[in-house]
Amino acid sequence: MNDTLPTLPLLAPFVEFGFMRRALAGCLALSLGATPVGVFLMLRRMSLAGDAMSHAVLPGAAIGYLIAGLSLPAMTIGGLLAGLAVAILAGGISRHTVIREDTSLATFYLLSLSAGVLIISLRGSNVDLLHVLFGSVLALDDATLLLLAGFASLSLLVLALGLRLFALECCDPAFLARVSRLAPLAHYGFMILLVVNLVAGFHALGTLMAVGIMILPAAAARLWAGTLGPLLLIAVLIALLGSLTGLLLSYYLNLPAGPAIVLTLGAMYLLSLALGPLGPLAGRWRAGWHFEH
Amino acid sequence: MPATVSPNPPVLRFDNLTLGYNRHPAVHHLRGEVATGSLLAIVGPNGAGKSTLLKAIAGELRPLQGRIEWPRGLRRQQIAYLTQQATLDLGFPMTVRDFIALGLWREIGAFAGVDRDQQRRVDAAIDAVGLRGLRERPIGAVSGGQLQRARFARVLLQDAPLVLLDEPYGAIDAETVRDLAALVRHWHAEGRTVIAVLHDLEHVRQEYPQTLLLARERVAHGDTATVLSEANLRRAAELASGRGERRPAPVCQATPEDA
Repeated sequence: MNDTLPTLPLLAPFVEFGFMRRALAGCLALSLGATPVGVFLMLRRMSLAGDAMSHAVLPGAAIGYLIAGLSLPAMTIGGLLAGLAVAILAGGISRHTVIREDTSLATFYLLSLSAGVLIISLRGSNVDLLHVLFGSVLALDDATLLLLAGFASLSLLVLALGLRLFALECCDPAFLARVSRLAPLAHYGFMILLVVNLVAGFHALGTLMAVGIMILPAAAARLWAGTLGPLLLIAVLIALLGSLTGLLLSYYLNLPAGPAIVLTLGAMYLLSLALGPLGPLAGRWRAGWHFEH
Repeated sequence: MPATVSPNPPVLRFDNLTLGYNRHPAVHHLRGEVATGSLLAIVGPNGAGKSTLLKAIAGELRPLQGRIEWPRGLRRQQIAYLTQQATLDLGFPMTVRDFIALGLWREIGAFAGVDRDQQRRVDAAIDAVGLRGLRERPIGAVSGGQLQRARFARVLLQDAPLVLLDEPYGAIDAETVRDLAALVRHWHAEGRTVIAVLHDLEHVRQEYPQTLLLARERVAHGDTATVLSEANLRRAAELASGRGERRPAPVCQATPEDA
C-alpha cells in the first residue's frame, strides 16, 4: 500500500515535494478562513468592494516591504493597517459626500494599486512585483503558513460566534439596528474579518488573486444552495477541491500556481452556472421546479 | 414636565414636536398624547408627514424641535416597527420560517439558541398568518401578500407593547387585508398600543376607534367618527394642496391648539 501511494498521480506531487504539501496546507487554511467570509461578502453585494479592498492592502504591504524587505510581520502589519484605513475612509466618504460608495471604492482601488506598484519598484525588481501581485503559494515558509493558519482559525471562530449577527447585518440591517445595539459591531467586525483574510490571501495568492478564493467558490455555491448553512459548506468544499485541482494542474502542466487555482475555481463557477439547480439553465431542464414547495 | 401621577399614563406624548429632513420641516409643532392600549390610525393626504411621524416614534429620526416623551419608559427595542417597504434583501438565502423567527431577537439576541417553546411559538406565528405550507420556501420566492403576512408574523413574535405599522395594506389583496386586520384587532385586545398609517378611510372607520388627521400639522385628533368629518377632511386637503402655491416655505409659528 505504501509503495503504491507515491505512484498515484493525484497524490505523488504532495508525497514527493514538501513545497506542494505546504501549498496545499496554505490553500486549506484559505478555504476554511477566507471562503466563508467571501460568502458573506457576496451576500452583502460587496464582491466588487472586496476586490477594491484587496488592492487597498497593497500600498501598506509595500511600505512594509520598503522598510524591511520581504519581511512577513512588516508586510502583514502594513497590509492590515492600510486595508482597515481604506475600509473606514471609503465608507465615511460615501456617507458624508455626494460620492457614491462604488465610486469611492474605485478611487481608492486605483490610488492604492498605483501607489503600491510605485513603492515596490522604488526598491525591488520585477520579481518582487510579481510576488506581491500574484503571490507565491509554492514558496510558503513556516512563518507564513502559521500566519495563514492563525488568521483562518481566528476568522472561523469569529464567524461561528457572530454568525447570526453577520447574517442579519447582511439581509436586513435596518431591522438589526432596530432590535440590537450590536449593529455597528457587526459592520466593523465584518470589515476587520475581511481585511484579515485579504492579507492572508495576499501572502499566498497575491493582491490580484486573493479575492478569487473568496468570491468564486461563494458564487458557485450560491447556484447549489438555497440556505446559509449548506451555502457555507459547499463554498468551502468547492474552494478545497478547486485549490487541490489547481495545484495539480500547475504541477503537471507547469503553470503558475496562483492563476491556475483561481482559473480552476472560475471553471467550477461556470460549471455550476450550467448544472446548478439555481442556475439559469435549471428551469429549462426541469420545468415546474419553481412551483414545488 | 411636572411628574403627574396618573393611574394609566399615556404610552407617548408629543411635546411641540417638529420633524423634517435636512432642516425642511415635514411635521409642525405637534402636541398630544397616545393612550396606552389604544388603536390609533394616522391619516392624511400624501406628504402630510405621516410616515415621518412614525419614523420619529420608532426613534429613527431626531426631532428638529420639541420631543417625544415616554411616560412609561418604553425603550426603542420594545417597539415593533413595520416599515412601508420591506428593508429585507430578498436575494438572501433564507426560508420564510427563518425570517419570521428573527422576531425572537429580543429574547435570543445574537448568541442564544432557540428552545423548544420558542420553536413552538414560531410555528404558532406562522400558522397565525396562514403561511404553514410555505414556511420552507426561500423568502425571495413568495408573493407580495405572502411577504407581508411573514412580516406580520415577525412583528407578532416580537411581542412588543407598541406596534407601528406604516401603510401595511398597500398593494395586497382583500383576503390578506382581512386576515392581517384580524391580527391587529387581536393585538389591540391583548392591550398593546397599535399606531398605523393608513389611506383607506372606510377601513379606518370600521377598525380604528382613534384617529390622528395630519396635514403637516395636526388637523384633528380623537374619536375616529369626529375626526373624519367632512369639514376636517376638507381642511386637511386644503392645507396639503394650498401649501405648495401660497406658502412655498412653511412658516413655523406657535400655532394655537385646535380640536
